[in-house]
Amino acid sequence: MQLILIFISASLINNFVLTYFLGICPFVGVSNKTENAVNMGMATTFVMTLTAAVTWPIYHYVLIRFNVPFLEYVAFIIAIATLVQLVEMYVRKSSPALYRALGIFLPLITTNCAVLGLALFMVLREYNYMESIIFGFGTGVGFTLAIVMMSGIREELEFADIPKPFQGVSITFIVAGMMALAFMGFAGLIRG
Amino acid sequence: MTTGSIIISMAAMGSLGAAFAIFLALADKKLKVDVDPRLQAITDALPGTNCGGCGYPGCAMLAEAMLKGDAPPNACVAGGADTSIALAELLGVEAVEHKRMLAVVLCKGGTKESVRNATYEGEMTCTAADITGGDKACTYGCLGYGECVDACMYDAMAMDGNNLPVVFYDKCVGCGACARACPRNIIEMHPEDHKLFVYCRSKDKGPHARKVCSVACIACMLCVKDCSVDGGIVVKDNLATVDYKLAPQNDESTKRCPTKCILYGVEERVTRERFYASSRKKTG
Repeated sequence: MQLILIFISASLINNFVLTYFLGICPFVGVSNKTENAVNMGMATTFVMTLTAAVTWPIYHYVLIRFNVPFLEYVAFIIAIATLVQLVEMYVRKSSPALYRALGIFLPLITTNCAVLGLALFMVLREYNYMESIIFGFGTGVGFTLAIVMMSGIREELEFADIPKPFQGVSITFIVAGMMALAFMGFAGLIRG
Repeated sequence: MTTGSIIISMAAMGSLGAAFAIFLALADKKLKVDVDPRLQAITDALPGTNCGGCGYPGCAMLAEAMLKGDAPPNACVAGGADTSIALAELLGVEAVEHKRMLAVVLCKGGTKESVRNATYEGEMTCTAADITGGDKACTYGCLGYGECVDACMYDAMAMDGNNLPVVFYDKCVGCGACARACPRNIIEMHPEDHKLFVYCRSKDKGPHARKVCSVACIACMLCVKDCSVDGGIVVKDNLATVDYKLAPQNDESTKRCPTKCILYGVEERVTRERFYASSRKKTG
């Protein structure tokens, strides 16, 4: 039950993009086509799940064990960077087209604050190993959900009659704000 | 904080880093992608400025397209003739003639010539000013905030004392970044052998155009009549337009223009050195 709650909380109620405003950069940057958004979401979910799986043992068995928890930022960042490198190599090998479509945003998952935020929250909330992995996966699903919905709306916006000053990024930000507003509604899902 | 904990943290980070490095090195071996060695050679031969003049997002993309045969060896507009010959050699195809393109600013209505009917306060960029209409009465003319100059990566443009952009004939490589940056599409890309230009984009009717700017095209038809080839110059939407397929490249049609907005061969007179020499004289 606890695990399901963590999953729903991470993906919907405390959606990283729409309630914590983490990872806005790829959320706006890669959300112009649904296909790319889905792929970006999957790549990020993969990185997030692995991050949770890798950083938890690092924190508990290395940093706590040697009494150096202040190194968490540095240690987490190198772990994330390594995982992103791995994903990049894999994507480049398996799908050059996707590699080109994601472009700079693929290596930029490294500096996606949602990924680091996930690792830090995981420590802060004292999740155990299984909870951490579910939390990581849920966060990734939440990110994917947000970016895919955004891309769907943006594809429709291409054909909308938007006043000139609002065209492009401005309308995207307005839509993002409305989506965040809508996601506030999920706050009533779990009491207490 | 003791020496002990410093050593421990160094050891912890060092071993973590080493572990990840070994892991990545192994993964790299496994997931290696074989790249055509010519790709690197082509990328090196390109200017590497990623100006976008060829229509591809960057030099690396163009190199890939060239290798696949999607782009001809002269596709790089910024590189010039030498680059296109070198690329043709690398690709093993016959060299194609490289036509130099130049940016032409089609507005002469600077601070002196144009009428202002507003004060613009706000973001000092052309894109922002264009939304409100800018401060000039002419809604087709140069806004004068120099977004094109900022877009130029080759140091080939500057704003002159009259608040108009100037293209340096000797520096422009024809990448078209300025033309894409201009929200009013005043800058056009032309091959080097075009020398006759109508320096106005105003589609306003004659009397109004004359009222708001002293060098506007007023659609008086004199250049149309003086052009030695029928249809070489046509007036469309109150604006004289040169048909470069038909019009002879000479100054025949420019002589009687009442506002002097159609000119012949003025582009090549501006070089970088000359521009800065003359601007120094004025300030000094």
